[in-house]
Amino acid sequence: MDTEIIAAARGLNHWFGSGEARKQALFDVTLTLPRGSFTVLMGPSGSGKTTVLTLMGCLRAVQDGSVQLLGQELNGAAEAQLVTLRRRLGFIFQAHNLHESLTAQQNVMMGVQVQGAVSEALAAKAADHALGLVGLANRTTYLPANLSGGQKQRVAVARALVGNPALVLADEPTAALDKDSAADVVDLLKRMGAARGTTTLLVTHDNRILDRADRILTLEDGRIVKDESRPGAG
Amino acid sequence: MSRLLQWLFGRLPIGWLQLTHNRTRFAAALAGVAFANVLVFVQLGIMNSMATATLRPYGFFQADIMISAGDANAMSEGGNVARQWLLQAMADPEVEDGIGLFVGNVPWDRGDKDISLTTFGVDPARPAFLAPEIAGDLALLQVQDAALLDRLARGMSRDQAAGIRPQSPLSFETENRTISAYATFAGGGGFGGDGYMLVSDQTFLSLFPKRSSAAPDHILLRLRPGADVAATVGRLHKVISDPSLRIRSFADAGQEDLTYQQTRRPTGVIFGFGVLIGVLVGLVIVYQVLSTDVADHLREYATFKAMGYGPGFFLGVVFEEALVLGVLGFVPGLIVGTTILTVMARITTLPLAMTSSMAITVFLGTIVFSALSGAIATRRLAAADPADLF
Repeated sequence: MDTEIIAAARGLNHWFGSGEARKQALFDVTLTLPRGSFTVLMGPSGSGKTTVLTLMGCLRAVQDGSVQLLGQELNGAAEAQLVTLRRRLGFIFQAHNLHESLTAQQNVMMGVQVQGAVSEALAAKAADHALGLVGLANRTTYLPANLSGGQKQRVAVARALVGNPALVLADEPTAALDKDSAADVVDLLKRMGAARGTTTLLVTHDNRILDRADRILTLEDGRIVKDESRPGAG
Repeated sequence: MSRLLQWLFGRLPIGWLQLTHNRTRFAAALAGVAFANVLVFVQLGIMNSMATATLRPYGFFQADIMISAGDANAMSEGGNVARQWLLQAMADPEVEDGIGLFVGNVPWDRGDKDISLTTFGVDPARPAFLAPEIAGDLALLQVQDAALLDRLARGMSRDQAAGIRPQSPLSFETENRTISAYATFAGGGGFGGDGYMLVSDQTFLSLFPKRSSAAPDHILLRLRPGADVAATVGRLHKVISDPSLRIRSFADAGQEDLTYQQTRRPTGVIFGFGVLIGVLVGLVIVYQVLSTDVADHLREYATFKAMGYGPGFFLGVVFEEALVLGVLGFVPGLIVGTTILTVMARITTLPLAMTSSMAITVFLGTIVFSALSGAIATRRLAAADPADLF
C-alpha cells in the first residue's frame, strides 16, 4: 500500500533580496513527508532550513519549483487558499510567540477558533484538554509571563496540536530550552503526533534531539546533502 | 466590557485584552484619544459660538423677506436701503406688511470700560415683526429715548438686569442722550459687540442724527399666510429696479451672514482652520496609538496569521481596539471639553457650550477615524508574508 504524502517539495529554488543583493537561498530542494512521519531538518545556521519550513507551511510565497501540500499546489496559489491551508497546519516557533495578554487557555483556544464557528465553551474545553495532555492542566489561567520557558513552549505545542493538524511545522522549538525541557517538548511532540497520525517537520540544529527523529534531512548551503532514515528511533 | 465585546465580536476580545494588559499604556492611549476629543470639542465650540452669535440677532425678529444693500454681508454691515423700495414692495399682493430696520452701535460707559451695544431701531407699533419675547414690551419704546436692553450683555450683572422694570428703568448716557431701559430681553455678547439694545426708529435717529428716516439699513417684509416666499422674492426682483439690492428670504439672509462670517471674515477662517487642525491632530494621535499597538504585537499577529487567521480577523481586532479607545477616550474628553467650554464661556461671555449634536458628531467621528486609522495601521500586516513578520 502506498504511503500517503502529506507534503512534497520538488525542484524548489528560492531567492532573497533583489538586484545586486539578490541571493539564492535554496537550490533544487526535493523532499517528501509521508503521513505520520517525524522528520528533522538540520543544518548549520543560514543553510535554508527555516526557508524550507516556511515555504512548505504557506508562510512564504513559492518562487520557483513545486510545493504540494495536502494535495494542493502552493506555487501560484491565491492568498485565500493559503489561509485555508494554514488552518490545517500546526506551527511551533523558536520563540513561543504566545500572545502576552492571553492566558494559556485563551492562547490554545485561538488554535480552535481559527477553524470557524466553534462555541466558546467547546473551544475552552478543547484547550483545557490539550493543556492537560502537555501537563499544564493546572496552569490554564496563567499568562505567559508567569510560565517558565519550557511551559510556554508546551503551551505552544498544545496550541499547534489542538486543532488536529495534518502537518506540524516546528522551527527550532527547543533552542531556548534547557536539555530536560528540550527533550520533554520533543517527546511530547512525537508522542502526540504518533497518537494522532500527525506528520511533523522539525527544523533544528540542536543535536540533543536527533535521536528522537525517524528521518533526518541535512541541509547545507541551500541543498539537501544527506537524507538519513532511522526507523524505530526515539 | 470583556463579556460585551466577546458577545459583539463572537470571539475572544483580543483587542480589549491587549489594550488592558499594560494598564499604564492603556491609560496613556486613552489620555491621547481624550486629548484629541478635547481639541476638537474646543475648536467646534468656538466655531459653533460664532454661528450662534451670528444668528442670534435674526432671532429677535420675525420676517419672511429681508432687503439689504448690495454690500450688506452681515446684519450690522453695509450701506442703507432707500425707504421707497419698502413702499414698492408693499405693492406686491402677497406682502402683508413691512418695516425699515435701523442698525448701529452705541457705546455704554460701564465705569471701568465702555461696552458696545448693537442697537436696532424699529417701528414700536409693529410688534408682529418682533419675536414674542420682545413684542410684548415693544409698546414701551413709544416713549422717546426708551429702550429694551440685553440682560445678558457683557458687564451687566444679573441683579442689575433683574431690577430693570417699567417702574424702575435703568438710565444711562450715550451719544449725548439719556437712554432709559424699561425692560430686558435675552441676547448676549458676541464677536462683534458686547450686547444688544432695541429702540424705536425715532430714538434711533436721535442717537444717530446723521442717519435719515428715508434710509434704513434693511427692510423687513411679512407675507400673507400661505404665501410662497421664493416666488415673492422673484417678483420683487423684477419690481425693484435697483439691481444691487439683496432681496432674499429672512432665513437665507441669516445663512448668508453665517457663511460670510465663517468663510470670509478672518476670525471665521481661523476658527475653521482650528477645527481642521484639531481633527488632524486627533487623527494623528489615534493613528499613532493604534499603529504602535499593531507594531508592538506584530509577532503575535504574525503567529495568528500563520495559524490561518485572515485579514478580516486583524481588522476586527483593530476595530475592537478603536471602539474601546473611541468610547472610553470619549467620556473623559467630553467631561474635560465641557468644562473648558464652560470656563471659556464664563470668561469671554461668548455663547460657548457643549451641544448634543457636537457630542454625537465628535463621538461618531472618533469611532470612524479610529477605525480608519486602525485599517491603515494593519496594512503592513495584511500585505506581508507571515514569515517576514517574525
